[in-house]
Amino acid sequence: MPTVTYVAYDGSETIVNGFAGDSVMETAVRNGVPGIVAECGGSLSCATCHVFVCADSAGLFPPRADLEDDMLDGTAVDREESSRLSCQLKLTDDVAVHVQTPETQV
Amino acid sequence: MPAPAQPRTGTLIVGNCQAGVQIASTLRELGDTERITLVGEEPHAPYQRPPLSKAFLKGEATADSLAFRTHDFYREHDIELVTRERIVTITRDETGGVAVAESGRTFPFARLALATGAVPRTIPFEGSELEGVSYLRTATEATVLEQQLRQATNVVVVGGGFIGLEVAAGARAAGKNVTVLEAAPRLIGRAVCEQTSEFYLQAHRRRGTRVVLNAKVVRFTGEHDRVTGVELGDGTVVPAEVVLIGVGVIPRTELAGQLGLQVDNGIVVDTHALASDGLTVAAGDCANMPNPSIADFGQGRLRLESVQNAVEQAKVAAATLLGQAAEHKTVPWFWSDQADLKLQIAGLSGGHDQVVLRGDPDSEKFSLLYYRDGILIAADCVNSPLDFMAVRNALHQGQSVPAALAADSSLPLKKSVTDVLLPVPSPAA
Repeated sequence: MPTVTYVAYDGSETIVNGFAGDSVMETAVRNGVPGIVAECGGSLSCATCHVFVCADSAGLFPPRADLEDDMLDGTAVDREESSRLSCQLKLTDDVAVHVQTPETQV
Repeated sequence: MPAPAQPRTGTLIVGNCQAGVQIASTLRELGDTERITLVGEEPHAPYQRPPLSKAFLKGEATADSLAFRTHDFYREHDIELVTRERIVTITRDETGGVAVAESGRTFPFARLALATGAVPRTIPFEGSELEGVSYLRTATEATVLEQQLRQATNVVVVGGGFIGLEVAAGARAAGKNVTVLEAAPRLIGRAVCEQTSEFYLQAHRRRGTRVVLNAKVVRFTGEHDRVTGVELGDGTVVPAEVVLIGVGVIPRTELAGQLGLQVDNGIVVDTHALASDGLTVAAGDCANMPNPSIADFGQGRLRLESVQNAVEQAKVAAATLLGQAAEHKTVPWFWSDQADLKLQIAGLSGGHDQVVLRGDPDSEKFSLLYYRDGILIAADCVNSPLDFMAVRNALHQGQSVPAALAADSSLPLKKSVTDVLLPVPSPAA
């Protein structure tokens, strides 16, 4: 079973068991993890599920598509090299993902 | 002997929906430890509605896959989720009250939140009862529609708004013969300007959908209780095995009315989501709130139908229930996915006096920026997420983009954002 560790801006960690095929965003929202808003429900319309992918997890996901890249230019907290929209990060079997959530999403 | 009165404790939230779930979640986030009951009439745990007219009809989503929260979440946060119970009466005083469901089950409360949402506006056309004629608001309705669409060859959509056009685009992409009948002279007339309407008209026609404007529906024709077509004012009959009617929604205010709350196109609330009794809160599609995006703030009110509005109002409502001050201040935004066209709208364009085109509509990638008195107030962005993000952020910061710079699509909008210079008052004579 995949697990996702969400490190909040204040350093607090939430570890959630996910399901292969679900996104890092869906896993957070369904379990009420704070720090990810996801107003559009994963349709790449809102850029409120911004995360910074920790170095140990960077290789777990395919690179950004153009639309995700464009949307990242408008996040509430400025993008960094490790920035992704978590609705685009699909979990696969038994991965252990670590992401940091930004101070704010809106 | 009468049953002992149940204690009037905790919060009752009426409405298993986006706003309802958010009120419950925010109450817990703010440290509320009292009982929370979330009650609604649908059979499912609360789920996202926007995909019902998109991914759901393609068979790519179910009510379960669209659920906002896991059952574990409700358990762990001690939120009692009650499905299949329709609240029909509520009475309350200053210390609380009781809600009664159709089944007779009672729900006592100390605090009350109404997230009763809206229902599709119905039009009593002759033949509306025929099988194959439907509205779309719930997962149950979407499940039926998805099955009917799979077997249909000819589909008619009555109403050229977001829901209707999303369903039409999906059905057309699946190879159906699709006709959209719009009573008004243009599509999406309630939400966008004429240029955007015209673009969507052409874009749907390019994809093979037939769109009839100024359409007058006379009746639905049928055989053996099944719909066979839609008769128009000129006597022609458009064949259809499926007819979807999407002509807007009406806020559900019956319970608010029972409580004597002020109702005017929704439950009238203040900026703290507080209704006119000063006790009950309301949020989401059912609530009519002063909106800071309207220039005459304090007078201008709006009832918005969007995810963001439901979420933001719900957060404010939860804070108000706990006696904390919070206000709803975000810039409204909306989205609609039709075929491969992503429309994102930031701000409210009502009262605009200038529209600036950025990009080329023929390329299906452009934005229309709305101005009032030279200041940016909103934008419709088609396949232009960068423009959308720039405008949304500028409006959020109270900034603008000079109209003269906005039209140059070689210049990123983000680079042209400036502070709004308020006119300097002239010295008193």
